[in-house]
Amino acid sequence: MTKPSSTTTLAPAALAPISKLWATVGHVLPWAIAIGFFFVAEGSLSIGTQIMIWILFALSLDLILGYAGIVTLGHAAFFGVGAYAAGLFSIHFSPDPLIGHIFAIVVSGLLGLVTGALILHTTGVTFLMLTLATVSLIFEFGNQTRWLTGGDDGLQGMRVDPIFGMFEFNIFGQTAYVYALVVLFIWFLFSWRLMHSPFGRSLDGIRQNSRRMRAIGTPVWWRLLAIYGISAAMAGSAGALLAHSTRFVGLSSLSLLTSGIVTVMLILGGTRKLYGAFIGAAIYYLVQDSTAKINPHFWEFIVGGMLIITVLFLEGGLMDLGRIGRRLISRFRQRSDLP
Amino acid sequence: MTVTSALSVRGLNKSFGALVVAQAIDVELAPGARVGLIGPNGAGKTTFVNLLTGFLKPDSGTIALEGTPIEAMSPEMRVQRGLARTHQINTLLREDTARDNVAIAIAERKKYAWRMMRYTPQWKHCTEQADALLRDMGIADVGSRQVRELPYGQQRLLEIAIALALKPRVLLLDEPAAGVPSEEAHRIHDVLAKLPSDIAILIIEHDMEVIFRFAREIIVLLQGRVLTRGAPAQIKDDPEVRAVYLGRTVV
Amino acid sequence: MSLGFALTILLDGISYGMVLFIISVGLTITMGLMRLVNLAHGSFAMIGGYIAGYLTQGGTNFYVALLVAAIIPGILGGLAEVTVFRPLYRKAELSQVLLTIGIVFVSTAAVTVIFGAFPYPVVFPEYLTKPVDIGFRTYPAYRLFLIAVGGVVAIVLWYLIENSLYGAKLRAAVDNPRMARAVGMNVNVLFTGTFMVGCALAGLGGAMGAGIMSLEPSYALKYVVLFLVVVIVGGEGSFKGSFVAAMSLGIIDTVGKYFFSQAAPYLLYVAVFILLLWRPQGLMPAKSVA
Repeated sequence: MTKPSSTTTLAPAALAPISKLWATVGHVLPWAIAIGFFFVAEGSLSIGTQIMIWILFALSLDLILGYAGIVTLGHAAFFGVGAYAAGLFSIHFSPDPLIGHIFAIVVSGLLGLVTGALILHTTGVTFLMLTLATVSLIFEFGNQTRWLTGGDDGLQGMRVDPIFGMFEFNIFGQTAYVYALVVLFIWFLFSWRLMHSPFGRSLDGIRQNSRRMRAIGTPVWWRLLAIYGISAAMAGSAGALLAHSTRFVGLSSLSLLTSGIVTVMLILGGTRKLYGAFIGAAIYYLVQDSTAKINPHFWEFIVGGMLIITVLFLEGGLMDLGRIGRRLISRFRQRSDLP
Repeated sequence: MTVTSALSVRGLNKSFGALVVAQAIDVELAPGARVGLIGPNGAGKTTFVNLLTGFLKPDSGTIALEGTPIEAMSPEMRVQRGLARTHQINTLLREDTARDNVAIAIAERKKYAWRMMRYTPQWKHCTEQADALLRDMGIADVGSRQVRELPYGQQRLLEIAIALALKPRVLLLDEPAAGVPSEEAHRIHDVLAKLPSDIAILIIEHDMEVIFRFAREIIVLLQGRVLTRGAPAQIKDDPEVRAVYLGRTVV
Repeated sequence: MSLGFALTILLDGISYGMVLFIISVGLTITMGLMRLVNLAHGSFAMIGGYIAGYLTQGGTNFYVALLVAAIIPGILGGLAEVTVFRPLYRKAELSQVLLTIGIVFVSTAAVTVIFGAFPYPVVFPEYLTKPVDIGFRTYPAYRLFLIAVGGVVAIVLWYLIENSLYGAKLRAAVDNPRMARAVGMNVNVLFTGTFMVGCALAGLGGAMGAGIMSLEPSYALKYVVLFLVVVIVGGEGSFKGSFVAAMSLGIIDTVGKYFFSQAAPYLLYVAVFILLLWRPQGLMPAKSVA
């Protein structure tokens, strides 16, 4: 085994020795696929855009649920509010997508800070219920204020200018695809840095044992609040991407089901790996897309089943399949090395 | 101003309804003090530690750390001001390495823990210091191992290492040798003997051998009150103490 | 506002609260007993409702249908407890949330595939659909029926918990599960039995309450928040607490709908929000079931 270098210690869950080559391949592969997809999948770029939006949303959930151990079912609130903020901004203020996007990030981030400040001192079931109440409250608000949000008809009539005045959102969805890819990449780099930083380590410590962290002087509440706000802003960014790429915001973006779906994606892919969000969102989306053709509700059956199986048999999500596979291979090698 | 007292506790009271768990407790720790706190189960030792660290709020009384009143502060603030503790039951980040457990504490003390970006040199600094500390304690070899794989005795040492990483002025050791098999206990004793001499230490321990070897003053707690206090030799011969406590454990 | 009007609102609120109580009481006890976060409870209520709907639409006697609507979810609940819930008790909250949401998805899909995506009615006997004279005005017989059944269920359960050996065991186990096991109580049987009763009541409530909480595939997810609110507001494991909470929520929601029809949906959540911040352990954080 190589001597573990103390500076680049990976997230604790990823301590299993992975060779450098594999790590590089692992890093390059998802992005290579994303870029390659742009050139081969002319007709179905919008599916790729959708998947990337969900990846970003799941990634934001990984920060709080995976790393900081905040069990929430209210994350759709930030996704939906981001989407509505971007949509309303384009209708009432300016059709510039980038300004609208930043507006959405700020609004959802602030909402995260405010709701987080109210509820983060609670834990367990009480916290879970408060997140449920939050998302239900915001959903009902969106449902009732028809004059603003369009109620259950959704928000229509968005105008979206070309990005930088140059790249128009065309029907083939090329601009939307590249836009989503760039935004996702930026957020990914940000998250990667963040989760390997001392700040990220302290969050992981809080998840493992908040008593220990308090005993070393960690202001637990403030740390959780900070990541809650960041994660909410990220979810809002995903919502803004959705609004801009489809020029429509549905009420369902605020629903509890949306929270459920993004949680499923993250768990399927595996928490605390960042790339888990990629795998989970992609697989979820593809399963949903293909099974929905058989029967529009079949996907729900499949996803529910996957969830049950994951919890009972695959604690680390689908990425564990890879680890189990590697372990089997190395065991096999060891055996064949014997004289 | 010269501070003559590291920790000063005056008239500390706490009760849960009719149950009095701390009654008019006075404790003075000079810098570098080695004070042992003993008493039978339920005497209020753990309550006293929780009052000091801030997990319980006293009904009345004052606690001063190097002259600053801390009784209204949150537990985290008290730690940041130099009051560290170890836990009777290992309270560690079990999925992290021993080194990272210490490094995270160092990062917290040095205020690096809020850093989200551009942190590599600081984090490297923390892990190097953590390695140095583990080396000093004679457990350099466990640095890269996950805590949950460590033998119990080494986890106990790691508890102490984390507390020392906070560079405390006052250290509360809550049964540091509890549950350690006797063949490993000497390592804990060695570490205790070598603790920095400028830190004031309050040790709670059931093992009388450890207490009498380590402490220069002993406080005996009974039913939330200070029964008596004095030098180890004095306590050993105190008939009252022998009656309630020592007689049953020390021959 | 006339007294008669106020009484009408009160009756509406109580009948709604009774449905909430019948469905949620099982959840209260299982959450208190097993420390399990169960988001799938609404699925059992939904299954009961659909069974009753299917049977009554086919001409089966309403009360027979209710009985079947309680028995089948009870059996399903027992099976689920033994197979998927038992491994969950020792797992983290997150796993419990995820698995039970998985059950919600599966049951929602199953119901949609079998019964379709549209609201699915339960056919009530004719005399229940008519208003009856209650002195100061006429009032729907259906709602009076809900109040009567809810009242009977509450009294029977209360009597069982307070006075039967089963109730004594239940109270002991909620107070201290480890101790209960240590004194040789067969906790597994107790858990399974309690779970079955809870699910059967949920099925009954789902079937009876179909006139208020209409059956559709999104039922399990839509109303689970409400059921959980009853449990959490009442205090986990608190029988009386859940009764008080269910009644209060029923009345608050009804009053909201009459007077602030615009704000009604949030009123409920705002109330829950404030209450949980004020008393995180619920209204009656009783250590015991009673």
